[in-house]
Amino acid sequence: MSTSLASLTIRQLQNELKTGHISPVDIVNDVIESINNKDSEVGAYLSINAEEAIKSAKDADTSKPLGGIPISIKDLINVEGQPCSCGSKILKDSYVSTYDATVIKKLKEAGAIPLGRVNMDEFAMGSSTENSGIQITKNPWDLKRIPGGSSGGSAASVANDTAIASLGSDTGGSIRQPSSFCGTVGLKPSYGRVSRYGLVAFASSLDQIGPVTKTSEDAAIILNAIAGKDPLDSTSLDSDVPNYLESMNGEIKGLRIGMPKEYFTDGINPEVLSSIHKGIETLRELGAEIIDISLPHTEFAVSTYYIIATAEASANLARFDAVRYGNRVSDPTNIIEHYRKSRAQGFGEEVKRRIILGTYVLSSGYNDAYYVKAQKVRTLIRNDFTKAFEKVDVIVSPTAPTPAFKIGEMCNDPLQMYLADIFTIAANLAGICGISTPCGFATEDADNRLPIGLQILGPALQESTILKVSDAFEKATDWHKQRP
Amino acid sequence: MQYITTIGLEVHVQLKTQSKMFCSCPVGFGDEPNKNTCPTCLGLPGALPVLNRGAIERTVLAGIMLGCETPPISKWDRKNYFYPDMPKNYQISQFDLPLCLGGGVLLYDHCYPKDAQKDIEESGKEIGLTRIHLEEDVAKSTHSSNGTSIDFNRAGTPLMEIVSEPEITSPEEAFAYLNSLRQILIYGDLSDADMEKGQMRCDVNVSVRPDSQEELGVKIELKNMNSVSAVRRALHYEISRQIRVVKEGGELVQSTRRWDDDIGETQQMRIKEDAHDYRYFPDPDLLPVKTEDVIKKMRLQVPELPHQKAKRFVRDFSVSEYDASVLSSDRDLALYFEETANESEAKKKVANWVINNVLAVLNERDLKVAQCPVSPSKLALIIKMVESGKISNNQAKEIFAVLFDNPDKDPDAIITELGFEPADSNLIESIVEEVVSNNPEKVKEIQEGNDKLINWLTGQVMKASKGKANPKIIGDLLRKKIL
Ligand SMILES: [Zn+2]
Repeated sequence: MSTSLASLTIRQLQNELKTGHISPVDIVNDVIESINNKDSEVGAYLSINAEEAIKSAKDADTSKPLGGIPISIKDLINVEGQPCSCGSKILKDSYVSTYDATVIKKLKEAGAIPLGRVNMDEFAMGSSTENSGIQITKNPWDLKRIPGGSSGGSAASVANDTAIASLGSDTGGSIRQPSSFCGTVGLKPSYGRVSRYGLVAFASSLDQIGPVTKTSEDAAIILNAIAGKDPLDSTSLDSDVPNYLESMNGEIKGLRIGMPKEYFTDGINPEVLSSIHKGIETLRELGAEIIDISLPHTEFAVSTYYIIATAEASANLARFDAVRYGNRVSDPTNIIEHYRKSRAQGFGEEVKRRIILGTYVLSSGYNDAYYVKAQKVRTLIRNDFTKAFEKVDVIVSPTAPTPAFKIGEMCNDPLQMYLADIFTIAANLAGICGISTPCGFATEDADNRLPIGLQILGPALQESTILKVSDAFEKATDWHKQRP
Repeated sequence: MQYITTIGLEVHVQLKTQSKMFCSCPVGFGDEPNKNTCPTCLGLPGALPVLNRGAIERTVLAGIMLGCETPPISKWDRKNYFYPDMPKNYQISQFDLPLCLGGGVLLYDHCYPKDAQKDIEESGKEIGLTRIHLEEDVAKSTHSSNGTSIDFNRAGTPLMEIVSEPEITSPEEAFAYLNSLRQILIYGDLSDADMEKGQMRCDVNVSVRPDSQEELGVKIELKNMNSVSAVRRALHYEISRQIRVVKEGGELVQSTRRWDDDIGETQQMRIKEDAHDYRYFPDPDLLPVKTEDVIKKMRLQVPELPHQKAKRFVRDFSVSEYDASVLSSDRDLALYFEETANESEAKKKVANWVINNVLAVLNERDLKVAQCPVSPSKLALIIKMVESGKISNNQAKEIFAVLFDNPDKDPDAIITELGFEPADSNLIESIVEEVVSNNPEKVKEIQEGNDKLINWLTGQVMKASKGKANPKIIGDLLRKKIL
C-alpha cells in the first residue's frame, strides 16, 4: 500500500473495508505505525493501548456503522481499564478508569476501537494545550506553534494523520478552535445532544463531547453513533436522533446565512478575515442567502463565560483531593495539609487560577454580583441567538480571530489567551451547536501555511443543518484535504 | 429571675428506599465495606447523578403528612466543603427551593418522657417546621491509631433534613418532638428512624434569655447525641450551663458544642468565625423537579396519622383518650388492636387486654407487635370467653400464654388441657356470703348509692376464690345479695 491507511477518512476506510482488500487490523496497525513514526515530534498522544486495540480489531464487526475504525480519545473521557489523567499531574499514573463513558460504550457498540489517549490542556482549561501538566503538543503545520486547545491532542492527531478521527470536548470552543488551528473539522453538538456521563467535568452546564475529523461526513458518522438520550445523564435531551448523513446532499440553495456584525470587528487577523469572506462568498455562490444580523450581547460573552465556567469548575474539581485516587503528598500532618499540599502539587497554574476565581465568584457576599448576574447575562446571550435564528438558518464567523500562535507567546497573558475563544464561547453559553471547517490558510509565516477555520453555528438540535452547510462547503472546496 | 429556653431542631432522616439518592447502588447496612458503590457514589471523575424518584416521593409524602407545602418547582444545589467522607467534596442538597415548606409536628402526650407525662406544659402543642429538604448522606469514617478508614456504602443514601422553627421550650418537648416525628415517619413507612442506628440524627440549636428580654439569646449548636434521651440529657446540661454563664455575668459566644454522653457534658468544637461558607449554587448536573404529579400521586397514599387514628378509636370503640393514644403510638399495635376490636363486642376490654397483657408478654420476650404469634381473632375469642363468664381473667391470661407458644392450638382445647372448669357456683356463693357479712359498712355504703364499692367487694371474692371465679358473675351475685 502506497499511502498509510491512517491518512484516510472513515468513509474511505469503510469503502476499502467493503472491497475486502483491507481489514480492521490493517487499519489499526497503520495508525499505530503512523503514531510511532510521526507523533514523537508533535506529541499528541499520552499513551497508546496498542495490544488491546489490535485484539479489538481482530474481533471487529465491519458491518457495524464504525466497525473496525480506531478513534483517539481526549484524555478526559473515561475508557475502562485505561488511564484518564485529564492532562493533569494530580491524576497521572494514579488513576485508571473503572468504567466506560456513555460515548465510549456507544462507540464500541457501533464497532469503533478507542485507540490512544490524546493530550489536552489540564482539565480542559486552556486554548493552546500548553496547560497540559504532562507534555507539550505541537501544531503539525508548524512545530513552533501550538495546536489550539483544549482538545489540542485530538486536532493534532487527526491533522498529523496519526488518527482517523478523535473525540474531544468543547466547553468554550475546545473542539472548534484547535480544529481551526490544525485544519480539521470539529463539531460541538448542542448541549444535551451527547451524553456527558464519563466526561470529566470542567463546566457541567457548558461541556459537550464531539468529534474531530477530516470531513464533515465523518463527523456525521460519529455523531450518529454517540448522540441521544442517556438515562445516566439527566441533562441529555430526549429528542429523536436523525441520520445526520441524510441531510448532506450539497444542496444549500435558499438557505439563510447570518453574519453577526459583532463577530466581524477590528482585531481579527487580516488573513483570517479575508479567508472567511471568501468562504462566505463560496456559500453565496452555492445559493445561500447572506443576511446581516446582530447579536447585541456578544461583548459580555467572555466575562460571563469565565464566571460561570470557573464557578462550576471550582466545585467539579473539588473531588480531586488525592483521598480516593490521585497523587498525594507523603507527609501531611493533618487532613487540611493533605488537601492543600496535594492539590498545590498536583494542579497547574491555570487550573489553580480558575478554581480560585470560581471560589471567589460563589462566595457569600459576591455570589449575587458575579454568579447570579452572569446567569442573567447568559439568558440575554441565549435570547440573542433565539432572535437571530428567527431570521437565519445558520450563523457564520471566524472560528478564532487568529491562526495558531507560537508556543509560549501567550503564556504570560491569560486574558489575551481567553480572547482566542471569543467567537466560540457564546455557542456554549447558549447551548447551540457549532462546527469549524477549514476555509483557507494564513501565510504570514513564509515557511509554513497555517490553517484557518470557518465557524458555522446552528440552533439547538439543528446539527443536521450545520453539517449540511459544512459538507456543501467541503464539496465545493479542498481546504480540508490539505495536509501539513 | 426566670430564663426562657428556645430550642430548634435539625433532624436528618435516612429514607427507606431500595437504591441510593443519585445512583442505583442498593441502600444496605452491615455489608462488607465499600461493596455498595459505583462511580457516582464514589465521586469518580466523570460520573453524574440521577435523581431517585422514590426518595422524592417519600419526602413529598412526609411533607403531606406533616402539613407542609410543596412548591411547584424544587431544585438541587451543591453545598461545597471538603471532608474525606464526602466523595465529591460537595454535597448535593437543596438550598432555596426545597421539596417542603412550613407544616408542623404535633407533640403526642405519650411521646413525652414517661416521668414527665404528668406535667406536660401544653398538651397538643404543635411545633412549626421551617422546611424539609432532600440531600445525600456522606460516607462513614472510622478512626483508629493506624489512620482513618472510609466506608462509602452509606455515601449517597437519601437523607431528608427536617428543620423546625425555634418553638421548642424544654428538653422534654424536644424529646416529645423527636418521638412524635419518628412515629409519623414510621407510619408513612418513610424510615425506621432509629437514632441509635444512625437512621435519624439530630442537631440542636439552643439559647436562653431572661424572661424580661425580648430578643433571643446567643444560639449554640449541639452535636453528637445518639439517642432521643441523650438529646434530653444534653439539653438539660447545656441549658443550665448557659444560665449559669449568664448569671455569673459571663458572655456566651455563638458556637458549636459536642455532647459527650459518657461524661455528661458539652464541649466546645468551634466558634462562629470558623463557620463554612458553603457557596451554594444550582447543580448543573440535575434538572429542577416539577412536583405537581408527585403531589397528586402521594396524596392518594397518605396513611391515617397517629392522632387521627386515636380520635377514631375514641369515637368508634369508646376507648379512653389515653388508651387510644397508646394504641395508636405504633402502627402495628394499632392494627392489631383494630383487628381484634373488630371481632369483639367488648372494644374497651380489648383495649385493656392489648395494652396490659399483650404488650407485657411481648416486652417480656423482647418481641415487636408484628411478631405477636397470637392472632387477633384468637385473642377476640379469649376475651369473648371471659365476657360470657366461661373463664376468669386470670385463666384467660394462662390461655394466652399457652397460645403464645402454640399459636395453632384451639382455645377450647387449651381450656380442657389445663383443666379449667367453671368455678363451683356453690363455693362462690358461699364466698360471696362470707364477704358480704364481713364487710357490713361497705355493704351499707353500696346500699346508699356508692356503686363503685361493688368492684372492691368483687375483688375480695376474686382473692378468696384464687382468681377462679368470673368477676362478671360475682358482680351479679353481689348485686342480687345486697340490693
Ligand atoms: Zn452508587
